[in-house]
Amino acid sequence: MTEPGARERAIVVRDLTRRFGSFTAVDNVSFDVGAGEVFGFLGANGAGKTTAIKMLIGLLAPTSGSAHVAGLDIATQTEQVRRRIGYMSQRFSLYEDLTVLENIALYGGIYGLDDAQIAARASRMLKTLGLTNQLVGRLPLGWKQKLAFSVALLHEPAVVFLDEPTGGVDPITRRQFWELIYAAAARGTTVFVTTHYMDEAEYCDRISIMVDGHIVTLGTPKELKTKWNVGTVDEIFVRLARAS
Amino acid sequence: MSDPVVVVRDVSKKFAETEALTDVTFDVNDGEIFGLVGPDGAGKTTLFRILTTLVLPDSGTATVLGLDVVRDLWAIRSRVGYMPGRFSLYGDLTVAENLSFFASVFGTTVEKGYDLIAPIYKQIEPFAERRADALSGGMKQKLALSCALVHRPDILFLDEPTTGVDAVSRREFWDQLGLLRDSGLTVVVSTPYMDEAMRCDRVALVQGGRLLEIDPPRDIGRNYPLPLVSVTGADRYQLLLSLRRAPHAHSVYPFGAELHYTDDRPDRDAATVSSELDEYMQSQGFADATSHPISAGIEDSFMELMSAPAQPAP
Repeated sequence: MTEPGARERAIVVRDLTRRFGSFTAVDNVSFDVGAGEVFGFLGANGAGKTTAIKMLIGLLAPTSGSAHVAGLDIATQTEQVRRRIGYMSQRFSLYEDLTVLENIALYGGIYGLDDAQIAARASRMLKTLGLTNQLVGRLPLGWKQKLAFSVALLHEPAVVFLDEPTGGVDPITRRQFWELIYAAAARGTTVFVTTHYMDEAEYCDRISIMVDGHIVTLGTPKELKTKWNVGTVDEIFVRLARAS
Repeated sequence: MSDPVVVVRDVSKKFAETEALTDVTFDVNDGEIFGLVGPDGAGKTTLFRILTTLVLPDSGTATVLGLDVVRDLWAIRSRVGYMPGRFSLYGDLTVAENLSFFASVFGTTVEKGYDLIAPIYKQIEPFAERRADALSGGMKQKLALSCALVHRPDILFLDEPTTGVDAVSRREFWDQLGLLRDSGLTVVVSTPYMDEAMRCDRVALVQGGRLLEIDPPRDIGRNYPLPLVSVTGADRYQLLLSLRRAPHAHSVYPFGAELHYTDDRPDRDAATVSSELDEYMQSQGFADATSHPISAGIEDSFMELMSAPAQPAP
């Protein structure tokens, strides 16, 4: 991609806050993600990651603050944001009773692709994944996750959000999944990913760690390891992730 | 040494045309944490279901606490604690209601089991009136473990108890398992996390319904058949792709901040492989890349034994 905006920031978050009653799930969070970056969004269960992601993908309105994704305001341009992003959750998002190709056709249709585009991208996807057409329900978890990621990229979004995509997936398939991430990033797609595998955090260009609704640290894995004088992101996480 | 508490001999199980388990044989010793490590679909859950008397084996025998899983199912059920892989609690019931429900099913009360579950349950007790669905992942696991323990079982079966749980909660969970083991409880647990496999007393690698190797986790790397080298460099993805094209590359995998390169020549000295690799990377334009020989860990061995998982037949 050589369009003028290619070096721009893909995500700009300023003072983003979300309250549920008296509970502040996301508290004055600000950060940027560069276009084509693999950004690891880390935090313990309940730290506010999912709430933040829901705001960034337009499923939840912020209480205050702002966020732009692919240059679009998540509060006022929600519909356009959704067309420019892909999303894959920790819970498998494809239809088990449909075949691989039927799922691709369904999502392609939802994203407004025409039949020729769907056919071309579907055959490319099967080839890249080395997958034959079959009922999705019959695929092992790791394959379903790789397929779900590819389907999230079907409409060539600017930014893809992955919420614990490799939970419970075996070591080889996790690595194959990350190679799909690298390949997408190399094509210019911005990848925003959460994970509980701290070795995967090391694969990100930059990571942030969220604790009780705040981002407590942000940088490249190397910078952060130097800053805390430790050998792995896991050690930083263990030190920071549990609030006092 | 006391008799093994789980004895499995030649157990096989088919579902329609799928062979879930094939001639599985192993023992679990009294008071150990025994780990089952394998990819999704390897047969781990089927094995748990046979040992907890929920599924019958097609052939072979298995005993738990000296009781036969087919003949003595009722006697076994009251003495095992089982935490299935998927969330096993009632989401519409509160934390306290779930716990007393599980106690009553086993004909006991929360009070009678309280001292055993206290180290775990105390951490979620402040949320006793919260609905289970509203708990975070880590708290759900603690409640599920409390429910599996409340009837004071003699052995605990945990099917991927920490999937989806954050790194800190996982550590806490395993600290608790260690304490339970130290108090004499036997634990059989499956996990996709290799750091957790390292905390087991012995580990069985499972793939395609067969046990590939059973050893203490620190010994599993010893049988690694090929020279292994760790590589670091700035542009990791390009480096990875380039290393895969190296003349004797067997496999290249990312490992945290490093890449692990396995050479395809079993008799080559790893130090020689490393210096050859340094030259190769220089020739490919990776000026900052360096390598050094390493010994294999459990994850290296596991991936080597698995190789790429085959996709199922259409």
